[in-house]
Amino acid sequence: MHDLISQILNGLQLGSLYALIALGYTMVYGVLKLINFAHGDVYMVGSYVGMFSLAFLEEKLHIVPNSLLEGIAILLIAMSACAVLGVLIEKSAYQPLRKNTWVAPTIMLGFPSAYIAIQIAMDSNRTPTSSFVIGAVVFALIAWLLFQRHKSGITPRPNRLTALITAIGVSIFLENFGVLPQIFGSDPSSINFTMPDAAKVGGFSYDPRTFAVFGISLFLMLVLSYTVGKTKIGRAIRAVSFDADAAALMGINTDRVISITFGIGAALAGAAAVIVPVLTETSFTPYVGAAFGLKAFVAAVLGGIGNIPGAMLGGLIMGLAETLAVAYGPLVGIPSTYRDAVAFVILIVILLFRPAGILGKFVPEKV
Amino acid sequence: MCLFLYVVNRFVERATGFDYQENIVITVGLNIALAVSLNIVNGMTGQFSLGHIGFYAIGAYIAAAMVTYGHDEFFAYLPLARTSPPISVLISAGAMIPTCIVSGLIAAGVGVLVGLPSLRLRGDYLAIITLGFAAIVQVIIRNIPAVNGATSFVGINDPHNTAQVIATPHLTSVFWVYLLAVITIWVSVAIRKSNHGLALLAIREDEVAAEAMGINTTRYKVFAFALSAFFTGIAGAMYALYEPSLSNSSFDYIRSIDTVVMIVLGGLGSISGAALSAVLLTLFPEMLRSVDQYRLAVYALLLILLMITRPQGIFGQNELSVAGVKQTWFSATNLFNKVFRRVNPKS
Repeated sequence: MHDLISQILNGLQLGSLYALIALGYTMVYGVLKLINFAHGDVYMVGSYVGMFSLAFLEEKLHIVPNSLLEGIAILLIAMSACAVLGVLIEKSAYQPLRKNTWVAPTIMLGFPSAYIAIQIAMDSNRTPTSSFVIGAVVFALIAWLLFQRHKSGITPRPNRLTALITAIGVSIFLENFGVLPQIFGSDPSSINFTMPDAAKVGGFSYDPRTFAVFGISLFLMLVLSYTVGKTKIGRAIRAVSFDADAAALMGINTDRVISITFGIGAALAGAAAVIVPVLTETSFTPYVGAAFGLKAFVAAVLGGIGNIPGAMLGGLIMGLAETLAVAYGPLVGIPSTYRDAVAFVILIVILLFRPAGILGKFVPEKV
Repeated sequence: MCLFLYVVNRFVERATGFDYQENIVITVGLNIALAVSLNIVNGMTGQFSLGHIGFYAIGAYIAAAMVTYGHDEFFAYLPLARTSPPISVLISAGAMIPTCIVSGLIAAGVGVLVGLPSLRLRGDYLAIITLGFAAIVQVIIRNIPAVNGATSFVGINDPHNTAQVIATPHLTSVFWVYLLAVITIWVSVAIRKSNHGLALLAIREDEVAAEAMGINTTRYKVFAFALSAFFTGIAGAMYALYEPSLSNSSFDYIRSIDTVVMIVLGGLGSISGAALSAVLLTLFPEMLRSVDQYRLAVYALLLILLMITRPQGIFGQNELSVAGVKQTWFSATNLFNKVFRRVNPKS
């Protein structure tokens, strides 16, 4: 019995982390109807930011290692870095699909392209000057292409599939740009932050990690619920996800709302990105985001995508199901190697009975 | 095509012990078949499948199991060990055709099962169900010891003589792969032009209206899934009979996203677009093989740039035609004249 309770606690713990990431998927889906495949990779970048900021804080600012202050600091740094990254991705890759902008995509696409071009040129033994010229030419070419598109003045028709492919492109880019040895490298890295060990208080073993995870994720979800439910920007977010065109007619700056949504979602992923490596003491590589992100996304769909309480519920169900299947599955004949399939089987079963997820509203098509 | 291969060769040093050119030509052919068959579901019917790699995996493992476990009874004339050039077309036909057709039919049967949820689910939910299907297939294969799913399948021990190993034979040659590609293209062009194709297009444009016009949407959606799964399964079988070993990790769901990228880039619904972009997208990363480290980052940047500047894909919904080529040629020469400040002859 005691074992069951601790398994359930473990499951809820994993589930609340899935929920944090699932919220990012579901909010972006709400406002843009886009499956943001890059979200898992934003999570990965968050882990790296956590690692670098930890090293920076300890070496340059001499903060006491493993202190509460340090933990909060890296959490906040990772969250804000991810928020910035989320907004940048939105401005440079997704917004140009809706609007005829050219400055932001030129900068965000041009600089990495120029950087890669310079690196390739340097690797093939060109002089620094000539490789710099090659980089400049590549940058100019991209700027010219995007400016031509801007000058043509045609407003692009929003197309969901195009947006999906762009999201996949951003995801592939973040993974494979991050894996370059000059950026993050492909070696497994970890955040060297140890939490205090479990202690016994009055017969119950008390694990500060569990409390930290629950505390942080619950706090973040409450803040999110308050923001979306009670504030002005939250009302704007809800209005845009209900009907973007009508919201624009009512004077809501939809682009700003979409950017903020991306920022909030990415910040939540950033929080999870610091908690997961610290909690599980596992290492991460630039490819870690895709697998974890996929499960979080499944959680979002399970709860009803676009629905914020749904994402939380879906995350908890996924975490519980996965933990319990691994713990008790072998007893009923399901080997624990089926762990990764559990999520999808639950998803399929639930979607067959509730085609729009648990809390989602199934809207019958009207003519 | 030949020019491209030449360029590819110029850029790439030959890998040793393994015919690199043949590998590329076969991969291109398989990708054409994959893209064109996925186009039947995603492009023509407007259902969104992200899980076709599941059918591919099913076809591959069934074919590999058939030729190794059925070796003694049915295909005893095939060599036990793996031969370096593929077994000639006439000899391999006897094993190739039945294996491929059985794999294709089983994949099609599974396709019907996967197609059934599409009666209830729309859009993204269907995409996720198919993604889940691919993930589940991968996990199930990983847990089948008979095909060594956890590591890689290279063959089985001979039941009569335990010292001997029956390897998966090298049957797939360029001929078979391009035969499949041509048949796939031919079938989808034929369907596109038939009444059935119009029904599929009607479902894509407006499902409710299509139903009101008396189209049995259920039947057509399941039909599209089954047909597409059939060809994907055959492509998988050919892959299995080409690769020296089948590894579970090569059937990751990311691979089916690659195919989706191909058809969107080619122009969703355009058969020639799907085929052409399958060729381009297979060859392009190979050209960057000499700068292997940066290959996928460059690919991703180009993908984003292309989606921003040409969201409708290479062909839009049109097919490759003489008029289209002429038009492109004109605009290209116009651009050339503009850039080099010639007097534009047309204005």
